[in-house]
Amino acid sequence: MRWKLEKGVPYIVLSVLALIFALPLLWIILASLDLNASASVHIPAKWTLENYKAVLSEQANLKAFANGLLISFSQSLIVVVAAGLAAYPLSRYELKYKNIFMYTILFMTSLPITAVMVPVYKMFLSMHLYDKMIGLILFLTATSMPYAIWLMKNFMDGVPLELEDAAKVDGASTLMSIRKIIAPLMFPGICVVFIFTFSNSWGNFFVPYILLQSIDKMPASVTLYQFFGQYGMVVYGQLAAYSALYAIPSILLYVLSQNYMSKGFNMAGAAKG
Amino acid sequence: MKNRNKYNTAEELKHSALLLPSVLLLLLFFVMPILLTIYYSFTNLALSGENAKQLKFIGIDNYISMFRDRTVRVSIINTLIFLIGSLVGQQVLGFMIALMMKNKNKVFRGIVGPIFLAGWIMPEVVVALCCSTFFGDEGTLNRICTTLHLPALEWLYIVPMLTVVLANIWHGTAFSMMNFQSALDGVSSDIEEAARVDGASRVQTLFRVILPCIKNTIATNTMLNTLSTLGVFGLIYMMTGGGPGNATLTLPIFMYRQAFVSQQLGYGTAISMLILVIGIILSVFYTRIIRND
Repeated sequence: MRWKLEKGVPYIVLSVLALIFALPLLWIILASLDLNASASVHIPAKWTLENYKAVLSEQANLKAFANGLLISFSQSLIVVVAAGLAAYPLSRYELKYKNIFMYTILFMTSLPITAVMVPVYKMFLSMHLYDKMIGLILFLTATSMPYAIWLMKNFMDGVPLELEDAAKVDGASTLMSIRKIIAPLMFPGICVVFIFTFSNSWGNFFVPYILLQSIDKMPASVTLYQFFGQYGMVVYGQLAAYSALYAIPSILLYVLSQNYMSKGFNMAGAAKG
Repeated sequence: MKNRNKYNTAEELKHSALLLPSVLLLLLFFVMPILLTIYYSFTNLALSGENAKQLKFIGIDNYISMFRDRTVRVSIINTLIFLIGSLVGQQVLGFMIALMMKNKNKVFRGIVGPIFLAGWIMPEVVVALCCSTFFGDEGTLNRICTTLHLPALEWLYIVPMLTVVLANIWHGTAFSMMNFQSALDGVSSDIEEAARVDGASRVQTLFRVILPCIKNTIATNTMLNTLSTLGVFGLIYMMTGGGPGNATLTLPIFMYRQAFVSQQLGYGTAISMLILVIGIILSVFYTRIIRND
């Protein structure tokens, strides 16, 4: 009897905790499917997709999603290319400054970017980068470089040298062997870096909020916040639908990254969003 | 395998060329902002008014005002409460969940696991939004209270700090849970078994065997959580805006208010320096830990 009780307790505790954890999200799901949604969780009297239709038929909302995709995609692309190139000498050659460089990079990964946003704002005003997509993208790129270089270098260390040597004998340049030999071999690693960068960027609110001004340039993270401030208290259903739509890429990317990670890579416990 | 050849300086420069794009980006948009933070914190930089026209070096005036400013003290204390509350909550809960989930039924884990993960996967704005509706006047929490014949309360006004801490715990627990799960998987069940056989109780096994085995994970996890919690802006900004009054005013929110509401960029930057210095000290520790691993 005692044995049974002891076995059962964790199940009960975990179930209760899971229920509590599920409540805030349950609201988003249920309210988004309910025309008469309120602020609390309840089963819709009539299930509907009207909220989603309303959010998606608004031109401004679609623009915000497009902006978000553009920012996150360009950022991730630059990060992957630049970090991939940087990883090569760090992984393949004996460099005097390598250790210092790598520890500086590691040190940079953990600095709170929040702290530098005020000077960056001023810097962007002086450099005429304020309210420019390209400025925002480059700044976001730089902030995700340290972790990306760290990961890429470690992934590249796992790619054997022999194939490359063979290519070199055949006269391939360094860039060519990166592109033709190393990149395909470490493709899952590249995907991990891309996905990680993309999903951090997609979820970032503070940086675009500070560095952009025009409403038509704002990504979904900022417009969702503004939507919440303006109509949030009135149209709960649409707010929930907007949140759900905005969260979908994050969920998909997470699932996708699990897929790549299970192929023999692990993120060394430093994947804080 | 990488030490096959020794290169001379010219060779080394040639090989380093591929680092150039990254290094340029980092210098311009990472190192430069940090240097500017230090520099601006000693100036009277402002967005409007007299000071906006003339940037002046004012020495440590900003720092002196900071030490005299009562609101700075309030926001340091708030930051500490937010930090410690989040850290304890996320890690204790994350550890307990990881421990209880170990060796449980696969189907059960498959249902419960993703629920805990969901709060972590959600973007910050969504977290802020569902938590503020959850704690709102008409929200789910009050509905539960009414159903249980308890009084409905204005949670975001009565216990604002508690609501933002709970929101952050909801968001961050899964990260600790995952770290502890992989650490616990590394603790061999033989050691646990041996302790049991020697007559150790469950609690003794936990404190004397399991916790010492995973102490590195606890250290790294604490450090990473501290650094990310220190920088939390959006969650608090969206849920309470730092209020009511200054009740949830943490350093990042105070920095934002000084810089963009009061338009005193110089003073705002001096506050950033506080965050940055704490961040730098912790990062040094973190780098040390990883290095010694």
